[in-house]
Amino acid sequence: MYLILLILAGIFVNNYVLSQFLGICPFLGVSKKVDTAAGMGVAVIFVMSLASAVAYLVYNLILVPLGIDYLYNIAFILVIASLVQFVEMFLKKAAPALYQALGVFLPLITTNCAVLGVAVLNMQKGYNFIESVLNGFGGAAGFALAIVLFAGIRERIADNDTPKAFDGFPMALITAGLMSIAFLGFSGLIKL
Amino acid sequence: MANPLKILKNGIINENPTFIQVIGMCPTLAVTSSAINGIGMGLSTAAVLIFANLFVSLLRKVIPDTVRIPCFIVVIATFVTIVQFLLQAYLPALNASLGLYIPLIVVNCIILARAEAFASKNGPIASIFDGLGMGLGFTVALAVIGLVREFIGSGTLFDITVLPDAFPRTLLFVMAPGAFFTLGCLMAALNHFRNKKKA
Repeated sequence: MYLILLILAGIFVNNYVLSQFLGICPFLGVSKKVDTAAGMGVAVIFVMSLASAVAYLVYNLILVPLGIDYLYNIAFILVIASLVQFVEMFLKKAAPALYQALGVFLPLITTNCAVLGVAVLNMQKGYNFIESVLNGFGGAAGFALAIVLFAGIRERIADNDTPKAFDGFPMALITAGLMSIAFLGFSGLIKL
Repeated sequence: MANPLKILKNGIINENPTFIQVIGMCPTLAVTSSAINGIGMGLSTAAVLIFANLFVSLLRKVIPDTVRIPCFIVVIATFVTIVQFLLQAYLPALNASLGLYIPLIVVNCIILARAEAFASKNGPIASIFDGLGMGLGFTVALAVIGLVREFIGSGTLFDITVLPDAFPRTLLFVMAPGAFFTLGCLMAALNHFRNKKKA
């Protein structure tokens, strides 16, 4: 039960994009079309669950025993960067169709701060291995949900007449603000 | 090489990282619930930016082209860790309120973008000024957003109460949605002035 709540909390209550501002760059950058947004979302779910697992192992099996846990930041970013590279190479060989769909998004994920953020948060909150992976998965699913919804709204807005000064980014930001208010409705729903 | 003042002005005004280039959005939105937090974040980022630029520039002939991005990230992460320790030691309150976002300076795209676009092609002195200019531009942007949100949301400026107590506080503005609205409206205002100038 607790584990299911952990995932739900990641998706709705602590939505990484709309309430914690992690991963805003891809959220604003690749949200013009619903299909690309969905592709990005799936890629992030994949990498973030994997990165949470690997970061947990690196922290607890390498950094802590060696007493160099203060280097976690450098270690995590290296792990994520090489993981992304590895996933990219693996997909290219093993699942070319999936690679075609996700390929362009993978390199972008290295600088998606939600991925590093979730690794650091897992460590700070002292989650165990399963909790870390589920938290990563839930957070990424929340990101995917937010970016797909956001892309859907933006597709509609694109055809509308907005004030000239609001064209482009300002309008996107206002939209995100309104969505963020909607997600505020979930806050307090689950207390962990 | 262009003179240092021009590079500085370029970073603060012409190519302001937040308002013009729209990069480094996560910390911009996350930590600007008050002006002090915004400035703290801005200056921490500026410090990392200056040193990362300097070292990338010094090492630019040594780093092989194919693995330059991982090398830049390691340089950046090193300085972020140093800044984090300094904050923990000397400004624990600021460190607590910025929390998670200090380690996340590593993935702030401004720093990697400047390393890639400027420091890896220019000399150390110019790179320091570029880091300083971009860092200050970022700080100014964060301070402005922080001031607006703090004023509307809690009626204070730099923690000093300016609105009378009877005046209602719009709490929404210190919460997540307020960050989106404030930045959206500020950018729209800038667009408006730019359109007017052109016309």
